[in-house]
Amino acid sequence: MAEITVTVDGVSYVDNVEPRLLLVHYLREVVGKTGTPIGCDTSNCGACTVLMDGASVKSCAVLAVQADGTQITTIEGMANGELHPLQRAFHEEHALQCGYCTPGMIMAATDLLKENPHPSDQEIRDGLEGNLCRCTGYENIVRAVRRAAEAGVSE
Amino acid sequence: MTAQTEKHEAPAAELGKARLRKEDARLITGQTNWTDNITLPGMLHIAFLRSPYAHARITSVDVSAARGEPGVIAAYSGADFADEQGSLPCAWPVTPDIVIPAHPPMATDEVRYVGEAVACVVARDRYAAADALSAIEIDYEPLPPVLDIRTALDDGSPKVHEAGNKSYEWVLANGDLDAAFRDAHVVLERNYRQQRLIPSAMEPRAVVCSCVGDEFTLWSATQIPHILRFLLAVVTGIPEQDIRVIAPDVGGGFGSKLQVTAEEVLAVLIARRLHRPVKWTESRSEGNMTVHHGRDQWQRIRIAADSDGKIRGLSVDLLADMGAYLMLVTPGVPLLGAFMYNSIYKMDAYSFRCTGVFTTKMPTDAYRGAGRPEATFAIERIMDELAAELGIEPLELRERNWIKHEEFPYNSISGLTYDSGNYEAATAKARELFRYDELRAEQERRRASGDPVQLGIGISTYTEMCGLAPSRVLGSLAYGAGGWEHASIRMLPTGKVEVVTGSSAHGQGHETAWSQIVADQLGVPFEDVRVLHGDTQISPKGMDTYGSRSLTVGGMALVGACDKVIAKAKTIASAMLEAPPEEVEFEAGVFKARNGSGASKTIQEIALATFAAHELPDGVEPSLDSDATYDPDNFSFPHGTHLCATEVDTETGMVTIRSYVAVDDIGKVVNPLIVDGQVHGGIAQGIAQALYEEAVYDDAGNLLTTTLADYLVPSAADLPSYVTSRTETPSGNRLGVKGVGEAGTIASTPAVVNAIVDALRPLGIRDITMPCTPERVWRAIQTAQGAQQASPAEQHAARQSDQTQGNSPQGMVTESGDAQTGGTA
Repeated sequence: MAEITVTVDGVSYVDNVEPRLLLVHYLREVVGKTGTPIGCDTSNCGACTVLMDGASVKSCAVLAVQADGTQITTIEGMANGELHPLQRAFHEEHALQCGYCTPGMIMAATDLLKENPHPSDQEIRDGLEGNLCRCTGYENIVRAVRRAAEAGVSE
Repeated sequence: MTAQTEKHEAPAAELGKARLRKEDARLITGQTNWTDNITLPGMLHIAFLRSPYAHARITSVDVSAARGEPGVIAAYSGADFADEQGSLPCAWPVTPDIVIPAHPPMATDEVRYVGEAVACVVARDRYAAADALSAIEIDYEPLPPVLDIRTALDDGSPKVHEAGNKSYEWVLANGDLDAAFRDAHVVLERNYRQQRLIPSAMEPRAVVCSCVGDEFTLWSATQIPHILRFLLAVVTGIPEQDIRVIAPDVGGGFGSKLQVTAEEVLAVLIARRLHRPVKWTESRSEGNMTVHHGRDQWQRIRIAADSDGKIRGLSVDLLADMGAYLMLVTPGVPLLGAFMYNSIYKMDAYSFRCTGVFTTKMPTDAYRGAGRPEATFAIERIMDELAAELGIEPLELRERNWIKHEEFPYNSISGLTYDSGNYEAATAKARELFRYDELRAEQERRRASGDPVQLGIGISTYTEMCGLAPSRVLGSLAYGAGGWEHASIRMLPTGKVEVVTGSSAHGQGHETAWSQIVADQLGVPFEDVRVLHGDTQISPKGMDTYGSRSLTVGGMALVGACDKVIAKAKTIASAMLEAPPEEVEFEAGVFKARNGSGASKTIQEIALATFAAHELPDGVEPSLDSDATYDPDNFSFPHGTHLCATEVDTETGMVTIRSYVAVDDIGKVVNPLIVDGQVHGGIAQGIAQALYEEAVYDDAGNLLTTTLADYLVPSAADLPSYVTSRTETPSGNRLGVKGVGEAGTIASTPAVVNAIVDALRPLGIRDITMPCTPERVWRAIQTAQGAQQASPAEQHAARQSDQTQGNSPQGMVTESGDAQTGGTA
């Protein structure tokens, strides 16, 4: 077992974990942050995307011990009294149906807009290539990210 | 009681309003309740050991060593459940002599597909359970796999089951087919491949089961909590009243969660044995192997037409891969297409035959569209071929054959009554939005200039039957249940409304759309309605969600329940207003006396008065709550015209969708935002079949596409933007609504493939087998270009091979030898 200190959505946690424990299982089953779902086991779908020190990572492809000393932001830490502009944009553009990919999409889009505050539609599509959605056909996800960008989410 | 009731202004009509969804609040903030999120005190985790062989006899299995592994509480093999596990159900015995093999949830003596469960470990956490699987000792005697339905019926083929590899043969015929084909000007025959697909809902399957005393609660990522409860009782013998099934937030289904799974049954049995809650969550790799697959058919379609393009007859012969067993509706899926090959067209004769064949692969079952995408693909592909053969513009050919709007209601050749439609209007709108004539002109220019990137235009004018389904029709097709839906309305004392629906949503937005319908019917604010579903204790009755049925059946049940609430409230309002019931009118939530007194009562005031029950008329029950069960008298028939423009790079085989226009007619629209979302996602799934997805087994029966790196569910970067629009021809039901959930998937696949073939037709290419990967397109081009430089005889031979060499359904039984592929008589 290894002791790790991880800050998740602004709260610091100290835990002893198996070295093989995946970050996503740590978040879901140790910290209780079940807002981050698991969609695959090969880091293809992106459903489990979170921010690690501000950069998006697929939390199924990170070990909990690798997150030692980092700041993790999950979908549950995005709303700060009111919805994050990306959350609002996803709602207003109907960019989710079943909602399973949505946490990962919003976290990936957060990182995308940080790197490129005013992406073209094609840049949005390319930037979210690592996140799969089976419901929306992506049309409204692109619109939502565009709307959040226009609202200046990253500024 | 004298509580004040808030006076409400009459709300504006909700039908047609783009309401933002109520369900989003929890989904965008991570406050979700997926089955895998559920943790119960003392809960144990199940891991399954699965067969590495497509076909083998289990010669020995020993789980005892696994029981000693750290954290392990129990380990079982199939023999441990042999007396209690029953057989997984098939609810659709499509013919009297259908072969339905026993399907034990855990294999006991023989395995018939890679991934079939053979043993399991139950442990304190999921890691320990997975670790201990390696301690199970199991030996197999491999048996020959059966992988190709085109040869599975040959004499001497290895058998999947003792009874042989044929499950059933089902036929439908109307009109004199021989006469239609005998002296036809043109007869075309084509063989199309519907590749095997993996539905790929983003949420993997998950099950939690608790057994307290003799009461079972099963949480499952399922589309069908009600059907599952009923069938768990039938399979396990546990009394139905002792089982509660909950479908919490469910992350998509697309038919894949319309199933009674081995893992659900085994979770119940293990919870009963251990008297502790148990959980199983699949990995994606496990799921790709063991969630039922979709499609997998060989289609032989023949069409006979006059020189002016008028269709005389159509003949369809299918081989359908059942996989290793018949699951919930496995044999019926291809037959849903039987009624749809004739599509929107008039003809004199039609015949359909489907042979269901067993293989040592994962069973197939419902996948978005279920039978209808296959039918639409084949007819829309061959309509383009017919157009090319006769030199008729393909939209013009369709118009010469389709049912005119003034001909509705129309009795189709396959025996359905289409209640409404306007194919002219939808097509005209699509043409305009697509700039059809401009694109045709551009295509001509690029063909003339020999542009290495050719432009193709693909057409799909579709209809489909959805809103499953009139119970009498299901009965006539030997389906094991009815097609009704149930709804309850509960009027709360404060005037708010609880709506209970038997249609359990998993992304479709029922909580929003149902609120809109009820708000309109009862004249209450949208915000005052709460929709409950997905728990058999809260919603005891229902037929669940699939087949684009929720709105056309479940929505109409809501209307029926609202009618009853209003009737009850009217009796009470009549007493309060001191006017006879026939003198009381109800509009926009307000009961008014027509006696000139101007007196009125809102439905909320009536709800409070009913709750108090102080001054109800004699014999009037103190409740407005009402139930309704609605059985539709017909299917609904959405239709539309989808147009797709592709750029095909003849040097690389790369296909790029340049524009996609969908004009759908789904009747009255409750929520255009939700409808557009359904259409977008449906189109994406159809494009995915056309271009990207295929479940591939190797020669030993191993699934090669077990991950999302191998099975190409497209990303945002792989898909185009869509232009969607609508025409509105109301259906025959009171709301005027049709289904929309599957329309996009049904329409889009042939639109895309038609566009690719259209781009390459000058090269002599007449088909490319799906998925149309760059390699397949490139190879087709190479073959065709080789043929064009060859002698006329070689060109003819190349055309006969049709770029689908090796893919024609050899072994398919054909009714006659009169195929005139590509020829004119």
